[in-house]
Amino acid sequence: MSKFKKKKGGEIPAVNTASLPDIVFMLLFFFMVATVMRENTLMIENQLPSADQIEKLEKKNLVMYIYVGKPSSNYRAKYGTEARIQLGDKLAEVGDVQAFIASERATKREEEIPYLTTSLRVDKEANMGIVGDIKQELRKANALKLNYTTTQGDVSNN
Amino acid sequence: MAKRAAPEVNAGSMADIAFLLLIFFLVTTTMEKDSGINRKLPPIEESDEDVIIKQKNIFTVLLNGKDQLLVEDEIMELKDIRAAAIEFLDNGGGTDNDGNSCDYCQGKRNPSSSDHPDKAIISLKNDRETSYAAYISVQNELVGAYNELRNRRALQLGPQRGFADMSYIEMTKNAKDVNWPGNKEKLKEVIDQIKKEYPQKLSEVQ
Repeated sequence: MSKFKKKKGGEIPAVNTASLPDIVFMLLFFFMVATVMRENTLMIENQLPSADQIEKLEKKNLVMYIYVGKPSSNYRAKYGTEARIQLGDKLAEVGDVQAFIASERATKREEEIPYLTTSLRVDKEANMGIVGDIKQELRKANALKLNYTTTQGDVSNN
Repeated sequence: MAKRAAPEVNAGSMADIAFLLLIFFLVTTTMEKDSGINRKLPPIEESDEDVIIKQKNIFTVLLNGKDQLLVEDEIMELKDIRAAAIEFLDNGGGTDNDGNSCDYCQGKRNPSSSDHPDKAIISLKNDRETSYAAYISVQNELVGAYNELRNRRALQLGPQRGFADMSYIEMTKNAKDVNWPGNKEKLKEVIDQIKKEYPQKLSEVQ
């Protein structure tokens, strides 16, 4: 008669995986926090050019985004292959830029308006013609702070 | 009969569920890149007054519809434009509007090139057919020229003002950084002085 049962064999005990969910949750929370849900669904191709003399855009809530590029493949039948402007979540014409700026301004407090910056996110392959037109419209709307948004990289990649 | 303890919920699949969510977020995450070249557009002015600028103080850059560069009436490769712009800006062949000559310039002081960094203007003209990528490349190189001159000046001025071994880019970064321990007032003074000495005068022709 023995009070203590002898342990059976010399098997290696299984690794305790009880903390695995904790580790995974930690990663999960990191990505959930770091993720920025896109405000606008892009209907156009938007491959930004690269540059290396860039500055960071500050105060993300004071930025207005204007996207330019070719309509992406599922919109091509409807909108053609010429570069188009996207304001908010729909395609627009050059003439709509001023109205867009006005509506963006209306959502901001009055003292913030002078600090509003326009971020031009233009596809590499777009022509300067459309960009020049937008710039002219921005001047008319008196939205003079502009940022040509690019990716970090050498200009030889362009 | 003894009360039976409620069986423990099997949490073995928790990891699987968490993994599933993790993979979803991993796939959908796009780290937003919000940086670029800052520019200020000129306001629309009604006045038709023509400001007379001497031809030698203008550095013309033309970018045609086939993305070819013409700089000061010479065809140029993209990689050479930065050096050409620096040479033009840093020439210091004459005096500024107050009659001061440029004592910090290290250029050739060629009388047929720009008088003073304060007067030197870079004029950029592009076609409607120019590709955006080429335009950004040229803008980048021109901003790079200004930054290089400003960095050089910062390394000269810094040690006198107590900011040794700090380039202009680092100075502007530190001025914005809340955690930077140094004297921000003094740093901003230095930055403003450098900005005044090498003002960014980049005009775009419509």
